[in-house]
Amino acid sequence: MSEELHDVRLRVNAGIQQIRVPARRLLSDALRHDCGLTGTHVGCEHGVCGACTVLVDGVPMRSCLIFAVAAEGAQITTVEGLTEPDDTLSPVQQAFRECHGLQCGFCTPGFLTTIAAGLEENPEPTEEEAREMIAGNLCRCTGYHNIVKSVLRAAEITRERESAAGEEA
Amino acid sequence: MKPAPFAYRRPTTLDEATRLLTEAPGAKVLAGGQSLVPLLSMRLAAPDTLVDINHLPDLGHVSVDATGVRVGALARHAEVLTSVAARRSQPLLALALANVAHATIRNRGTTVGSIVHADAAAEMPMVLTLLDGSVDVVSTRGRRTIAAADLFAGPLESTLAHDEIAVEAFFPALPEHGGVAFEEVARRHGDYALVGVAARVLLEGDTVTSARLGFVSVSDVPVVVDVTDALDDPAAAALPHLEPADDIHASADYRTQLIRVLSPRVLERAIAMAQGRNHV
Ligand SMILES: Cc1cc2nc3c(=O)[nH]c(=O)nc-3n(C[C@H](O)[C@H](O)[C@H](O)COP(=O)(O)OP(=O)(O)OC[C@H]3O[C@@H](n4cnc5c(N)ncnc54)[C@H](O)[C@@H]3O)c2cc1C
Ligand code: FES
Ligand code: FES
Repeated sequence: MSEELHDVRLRVNAGIQQIRVPARRLLSDALRHDCGLTGTHVGCEHGVCGACTVLVDGVPMRSCLIFAVAAEGAQITTVEGLTEPDDTLSPVQQAFRECHGLQCGFCTPGFLTTIAAGLEENPEPTEEEAREMIAGNLCRCTGYHNIVKSVLRAAEITRERESAAGEEA
Repeated sequence: MKPAPFAYRRPTTLDEATRLLTEAPGAKVLAGGQSLVPLLSMRLAAPDTLVDINHLPDLGHVSVDATGVRVGALARHAEVLTSVAARRSQPLLALALANVAHATIRNRGTTVGSIVHADAAAEMPMVLTLLDGSVDVVSTRGRRTIAAADLFAGPLESTLAHDEIAVEAFFPALPEHGGVAFEEVARRHGDYALVGVAARVLLEGDTVTSARLGFVSVSDVPVVVDVTDALDDPAAAALPHLEPADDIHASADYRTQLIRVLSPRVLERAIAMAQGRNHV
């Protein structure tokens, strides 16, 4: 018996991806294998590590705990979608670069998406709030200190860019 | 770590959903998937059909009236946690939910799903039991209300029939002269608790007329113990009803110690809350 396939239209970042997948295809695998967006990483595949975190309608969720077929209609933002349209690094990406917020980089996509959404909700986090923001993501390299610094720096960069844009206007 | 094949159905009415479940004896409901998808990926469960209820109408509510808080099957933990009205009506909801997993999991996992998943290591089945709440379920045979005391049959086993969909959980409001508290110890914040204890007390004047403790992770089903007559040593009264066990996360002795430490602490805090509410 061959497995039933579903035609799924995914809205990923600025584009639309039309894929044909079995119902059991995890969104994480669909993004990586069917859409070729390998920025989303897969660590544990049971919700614990956070490497696969993407934004679903702007809200961070584990892509390894969602079936691609169930994501039809939602707007999905992966780490590739965080970069500005002119390829400038987003504030969070820039901050990770400046503060050495990554070493091997395996966990980084999940941190970046989580923090991008977290700063939308709370643009001026305290250090304590920055820690809380990343509490659901695991990193085996950095020891987290530089990731916390990156969160705070990203908030700063966002403000700097906003005031620069304000002056230009 | 990939699920076995299954058929996927996405009904858009409750009638259609209950009919699909009746027709497919090997089907399971998919809500937030935050417990079910890991079980499928580890192949600890292999239903032949998943009935995705995320597109059913009118189940996303967190509504509050004088009697308490009603949480629809599609309300995410995060929505219940941030509802100010729910927190005012029954403060224990937010106190416990802040300890349910991480924010990212709470963005998708549902509170009703967590209750019917019936994990004795989960906070919300215990909260529902401690508060004497209930769950409303619907099938092709109609709707019925299951009291929390009748809801939990064993480890990860509720008394819902296979073809019943839980549509709403009801958490009674905290009475005016009542207080609640919750505390748990976990390896890392957001992990399942090694031990969690909640308290609910009622006062008349300065006299405690009712004191009950609910426990997480130290039994097969949520356990609530009445400690009204054991205010001096609530842990001693509770321990005979509990079965703290050894596992890779903690020893039975350590869990017993946590019960001894947390029980009087949450009880005292709940009484303090009730006294505070008494005097305003
Ligand atoms: C990393 C991680 C950490 C976690 N930590 C905690 C924690 O500390 N505490 C805690 O309590 N939980 C924790 N969880 C689990 C989380 O709370 C889940 O959201 C919850 O247990 C299940 O809700 P769901 O909507 O995701 O249900 P699903 O995963 O979709 O379903 C779970 C089960 O319930 C059934 N079901 C769901 N909804 C209904 C319904 N309306 N009617 C009938 N049957 C239904 C399903 O068929 C399935 O058997 C954690 C999860 C992860 C991945
Ligand atoms: S891969 Fe999804 S949380 Fe680890
Ligand atoms: S940078 Fe290596 S796991 Fe985080």
